[in-house]
Amino acid sequence: MASTKHSLRTPLGRVRGLGSARSGTSHFWHQRLTALANVPLALAFIAIVVCAAGGGYDEALALVRSPLVALLLLLFILSATYHMRIGMQVIIEDYVHGGAKVAAVIANTFFALLVAAAAVFAVLKISFGGM
Amino acid sequence: MAKFSLPKNSQIKEGKAWPKPDGAANTTAFRIYRWNPDDGQNPRVDTYHVDRDDCGPMVLDALIYIKNNIDPTLTFRRSCREGICGSCAMNIDGANTLACTKGIDECTSKGDVRIYPLPHMPVVKDLVPDLTRFYAQHASIEPWLKTTTPEPEKEWRQSREDREKLDGLYECILCACCSTSCPSYWWNGDRYLGPAVLLQAYRWLIDSRDEATGDRLDNLEDPFRLYRCHTIMNCANVCPKGLNPAKAIAEIKQMMVTRQL
Repeated sequence: MASTKHSLRTPLGRVRGLGSARSGTSHFWHQRLTALANVPLALAFIAIVVCAAGGGYDEALALVRSPLVALLLLLFILSATYHMRIGMQVIIEDYVHGGAKVAAVIANTFFALLVAAAAVFAVLKISFGGM
Repeated sequence: MAKFSLPKNSQIKEGKAWPKPDGAANTTAFRIYRWNPDDGQNPRVDTYHVDRDDCGPMVLDALIYIKNNIDPTLTFRRSCREGICGSCAMNIDGANTLACTKGIDECTSKGDVRIYPLPHMPVVKDLVPDLTRFYAQHASIEPWLKTTTPEPEKEWRQSREDREKLDGLYECILCACCSTSCPSYWWNGDRYLGPAVLLQAYRWLIDSRDEATGDRLDNLEDPFRLYRCHTIMNCANVCPKGLNPAKAIAEIKQMMVTRQL
């Protein structure tokens, strides 16, 4: 808040600022929740990748086509990209200030959505055939 | 963006090396941050030699020795000299602490004793930081008992168990060692309340006599005021009173989740 440096506003007025945002708890809670979900889901993802790496292209397709594997992959994608978005947002809020912060938060959200959409689309395309 | 280097006029230069006291056999070197707002010069680090045979055991004793015997312009705050007022909080041997409760022999690991003002606060002069915002943040959490129930004739009563919940909280002397050691407070001190103020906030949240718990939580529920704490734990490491502000902050977060689930 460099613009207020030379203001005659009282220190308490500055500290109170625009008041509390009355939010942040959901963000905090969802970060813990997705972290918890990511433990089994990331392990499942690694197991799936190891299985797929053992065989050829067709075996990999067959693996992703199986409902359980597809489901685990989708859950992992959603949980991981959401976790990625809210985690990165905290880092941006820590270190980026001013107008650049808003731009960075928007870019971060769009990037996470793009990654999620592309990955979900790939899994669905394989699962529902056509390849 | 967060600034990781000092602006040109804040870069610290090598300062004056003061001569050793005459006839002193047992001396310890002190390297102390100096800055005078009136001379237009950059901050500098002066070197002093303290006669240990003529000086008390604490860092504050050495500072007073220097001011009395070597350089009367050295500026610092001190009052109680027994760790209860919090005035002499400064950065000694790389960690924030109280000069009056830190032994000189505890901080000579690098040979000399290095003393700087509390980090990342505006400096008034030498070792005196400007704590205006810190105090305003403390005022913003309204650190007093708030009740709606008509005041009882004698006193607000509290069970022994409820009183014990304030142990580890009421001892805080607001020296600002913890808040000024917190990187999150460095980068976002204008919006993040910092460990000391949040510990004080929790002291009122957990007080069984207080009736404004919900309002207090409302005022803290904010991505910056509360949730900038990333459990870095510098606060608990440096607290000269051995308190754990990080734990108090975790308890506040837990209260926030509890009232939503």
